Amino acid sequence: MQKRYMSIWFSTLLTDWIRIKRPALRDLPLVFSDKAGNRMVITATSSEASLLGIHLGMPLADARAIVPDLEVIENQCHKSERLLRAIGEWCIRYSPLVAVEEDQGLILDISGCAHLWGGEREYLREIVNRLRGLGYFVRAAISDTMGTSWAVARYGKISPIIKSTEELNALLSLPPMALRLSAVASQKLIKLGLKTVGSFISMPRSVLRRRIGEENMERIEQVLGQKEERFSPIVVPELYGERLASMEPIRTRKGIEIAIEKLLTQLCNHLERDGMGLRSALLQSFRIDGKVIRTEIGTNSPSAHISHLLKLFSLKIEQIEPKMGIELFTMDATKVEPLDPRQEALWAAEKGVEDQKVTELLDKLAGKVGLQAIQRYLPQPYHWPERSIKKVDSLHETLSLPWRTDRLRPVQLLKIPEPVQVSAPIPDYPPMLFRYQGITHQVKKADGPERIEREWWLEEGEHRDYYQLEDTEGKRYWLFRSGHYSSEKTSGWFIHGFFA
Amino acid sequence: MESVKRDIIGKLQEQILSLQGVKPVGDGPAVNFGLGEISASFPGKVFPLAAIHEFLSTNLEDAAASGGFISALLSSLMQKGGLCLWISTQRKIFPPSLITFGLSPERIIFIDLQNERDVLWASEEALKCESLAAVVTELDEISFAQSRRLQLVIEKSRVTSFIIRKNAEKLSATLAAARWRISALPSEAIDGLPGLGFPRWNIELLKVKNGLPGSWTIEYSGGSFRAPSKTVSETIEIRKAV
Repeated sequence: MQKRYMSIWFSTLLTDWIRIKRPALRDLPLVFSDKAGNRMVITATSSEASLLGIHLGMPLADARAIVPDLEVIENQCHKSERLLRAIGEWCIRYSPLVAVEEDQGLILDISGCAHLWGGEREYLREIVNRLRGLGYFVRAAISDTMGTSWAVARYGKISPIIKSTEELNALLSLPPMALRLSAVASQKLIKLGLKTVGSFISMPRSVLRRRIGEENMERIEQVLGQKEERFSPIVVPELYGERLASMEPIRTRKGIEIAIEKLLTQLCNHLERDGMGLRSALLQSFRIDGKVIRTEIGTNSPSAHISHLLKLFSLKIEQIEPKMGIELFTMDATKVEPLDPRQEALWAAEKGVEDQKVTELLDKLAGKVGLQAIQRYLPQPYHWPERSIKKVDSLHETLSLPWRTDRLRPVQLLKIPEPVQVSAPIPDYPPMLFRYQGITHQVKKADGPERIEREWWLEEGEHRDYYQLEDTEGKRYWLFRSGHYSSEKTSGWFIHGFFA
Repeated sequence: MESVKRDIIGKLQEQILSLQGVKPVGDGPAVNFGLGEISASFPGKVFPLAAIHEFLSTNLEDAAASGGFISALLSSLMQKGGLCLWISTQRKIFPPSLITFGLSPERIIFIDLQNERDVLWASEEALKCESLAAVVTELDEISFAQSRRLQLVIEKSRVTSFIIRKNAEKLSATLAAARWRISALPSEAIDGLPGLGFPRWNIELLKVKNGLPGSWTIEYSGGSFRAPSKTVSETIEIRKAV
């Protein structure tokens, strides 16, 4: 399909942004400055300030000399990237593929999007008007390549919409900078008298390459569409994603419910067709005032049941505050897994992991208290007690190795072993008595030691010699001595568990 | 005349039980827990399923004993498959140990929550789900009203509920069918060998609805409960007396 790209250039991004926040600064010469080495340097200027002769990279002191009452805002070094990203996310309403481009701009892959707004001209006008309405001064252009859109948005003088195959004509009258060449290369070209693209673009490649270098040649090829250019969207659209734009802003709970149900129906149909089930989904509600509300749900096993998923969302509808109204909903399946068709047959029949009712219960619990609260364990091939089990998220994961029954393990295990005072008759002998939480326990019977070495390839430390002890009352404890017994230091004893 | 009276009383008792939500014996498949003479204390001499069982355990040692006993009960309950939920706030149960009591740890889903209110909510939701074999809840306290909520849910879903009460100081009355206390007893050496023997517990049934409370000594070995031999229990009695 023919690709079309739209470039949006924010010529005075930072100053526009601060003026939206603080309208009092309107019409005043305004600059942003930041530290560069030992001095303050101008990093952004408003149009009023540039008219007075202040340009980027100028030391702040010089600028102050030119305009004494200059308004200066300091230390906003990464603000512009963050701001562009945020505006980019807002622009997803116009196209799912939005990327940040160099020199304060956004690039939209608008292939197949413009007709929804009644053509490219209307599409462009809509975006530019909306952004200008917000207070940003923008210029935009549409063409077949990213490079041409970039050039026309910044340097173009005639029409912002370049028809297919007319890229070269549009570029001919622009300065060499429009080709995104490096500053040195464009300076060199201008010095040589090649002040427009038209004057050198038809030169033999080898001649040009010698003058401006390989990198800049690549740039030219990209602009002309002879070479692919990488496009890295800020939000990668999900494979399974649906969007629903509303004619009128939605403000009621009922309205949100209907929207969610519609989206879920589309999404689940799509998923079912591919034999997939949903593990987690993200609903984004785009509000009129520019805020995006994210609502996430997760399930314990892949599911494509509309009613069940709707129930999970309905637990969270309260969190979606419509305020002025919501104009767009998008729903993405952020994690999908193949849906085992056999499951559905088994679901109703047998008690067990496959039981749909159990998974729905767990989803409900997870919806309120979070997925991290639900734990299931399987054995791991390690001896170290803390590492002998692993958490699994999936209810369907089965035993890959059997549970060990040869060694007795305590029913209650302390998360962190607690130090105890112990008296043992001779080294490497079980203790005679130990003191834990202020109570002295006389040891009547003992088993051990069971030495458990640390898995040295995972972590360093002492090994443990475990003893099972029974006191006079018949209560059973799991104690260990950390490391070897030595006469120089008192060896550390710890209590780690309680047997039944 | 006597026998007629007994018949009438028996029938009336059955009616009372059914009014109280205790279904008569023979409802659903009976599960043999192998509890021996302990089951004689229950109404109808059958371990009440679809009811609340309370376990008092104030310290970690008792909690370990209760945990072992409950897992042994669960393993009989889950013989035909099924899942069980273990809901608690500060869980210390170590899953691999439960295999000793015949319970496959992978069939337990642990729900670790932040506060008691969530625990009660989660337990109620879990007990609504009839596909579960049982729900174990670890709690500090439970009020009468809270236990009634659980009981009402259970009467519909027929799921068995085990509640471990960690704070036994403030003992409020509940709708539990039985209140247990499991504590450890000194084990008997196996064949006179040194070291620890099989786990042995003192099982106290403090309260049984429509049944008789009592106290027993029981040993868990080889996957089943066993009353220890006479001589052993006698020695325990002597030791207690001393």
